Amino acid sequence: MASLKDLKNRISSVRSTQKITKAMQMVAAAKLRRAQEAAESARPYAERMAAVMANLSTAMAGTPGASPLLVGTGQSETYLLVVMTADRGLCGGFNTNIVKKARERINALQSEGKTVKVICVGKKGADQLKRQYASLIVERIELSGEKTINGATAARIGDKIRHMFEHDEFDVCELVSAEFVSVISQKPRAKVLIPAIDAIDEGVERPDLAGAVYEAEPDEETILNTLLPRYANTVILSALLENVAGEMGAKMAAMDNATRNAGELIDKLNLVYNRTRQAQITTELTEIISGAEAL
Amino acid sequence: MADKLHFDLVSPERRLFAGDVDQVAVPGEEGDFGVLPNHAPFMSIIRPGAIAVMNDGAVERTFIHGGFAEVTPAGLTILAEEAIPMAELDAGEVAQALSDAREDVATAKDEEEREQAEALVVKYEAMQAALAN
Repeated sequence: MASLKDLKNRISSVRSTQKITKAMQMVAAAKLRRAQEAAESARPYAERMAAVMANLSTAMAGTPGASPLLVGTGQSETYLLVVMTADRGLCGGFNTNIVKKARERINALQSEGKTVKVICVGKKGADQLKRQYASLIVERIELSGEKTINGATAARIGDKIRHMFEHDEFDVCELVSAEFVSVISQKPRAKVLIPAIDAIDEGVERPDLAGAVYEAEPDEETILNTLLPRYANTVILSALLENVAGEMGAKMAAMDNATRNAGELIDKLNLVYNRTRQAQITTELTEIISGAEAL
Repeated sequence: MADKLHFDLVSPERRLFAGDVDQVAVPGEEGDFGVLPNHAPFMSIIRPGAIAVMNDGAVERTFIHGGFAEVTPAGLTILAEEAIPMAELDAGEVAQALSDAREDVATAKDEEEREQAEALVVKYEAMQAALAN
């Protein structure tokens, strides 16, 4: 049986762990609020951009000169999966769930005979995927160097993807990231990024022109070609921001659980400690009494 | 004039301006244009430069980089990669950044680096031009 001193040490160590998890929970809660605000304030731009894209793309998709970013290369042989995870762990099943989704996609695509390439954004995804798919990972992008996730971060990733696309390294690009359903629920999902025509949601609200037709300057094709890369960046940015919010939500929930578990453990250990202490006193008393009786 | 134009200025990170104004002057890719209330539907790429928002006699200028303007019956929306109020731009700093960028063009090691530096030069030149008038 553990001695009193051991138990005491154990209790104090669990207590300090609890303090840490508690602090992490509060930090995550604060960061969550900020991340949600960031995701919220990025929404108007994304919405307007999606509306404009929806307008232009339906007009342009049929024309022969349409950009391959919009209509694709006409093939679907090589897939590029951009797996977005967090850089840090201790957030429950958040990273694992995204990686699981990515694994499903990779296996499904491979069984269809497609070639798959993977870009890992965030350290944890790369760590988990490299065990099984090290040969597929073409690029790892870490986010921990960035102070905040902003347009520049998304542009960096977007440029990388477009650079690969221009060099015919893939036909279809999909983003695997977490959808922020609520603070306690994040759903991993795979979303098409290129060709953009498949990414544009049919439900996007289009402005009511009252029968009028847009006048475009310089012309619709030029505008579309300028906007396509920006649209891709916008999609990447909102995925990144949603991911951060999701990570913080998951971390908050995980750390809340950990704090509660630590509390339960402390209660249990205290009980054992007190029992042991009483047993020891009883034994000592019995020894003294029987010693006195023997005299 | 009672009519006002609804104007939104949004960047990827946040909404910078939303409200009703009298007129907005925008530097379009193929020439400057002004947007008044009840403008016909219109879209244009914006070249780097300053937009001027006129409201109740006051003019507010904002430097826009990488922008796109869309006019619908609902109003004018400008999507900008980067938007900086002109009041926050400092002529000295811009000149410094411009000469740095020019130096980068000269010392660029490969095509990609030079292109990036050249894009910066264009941006800072536009900033300087916007500051000059």
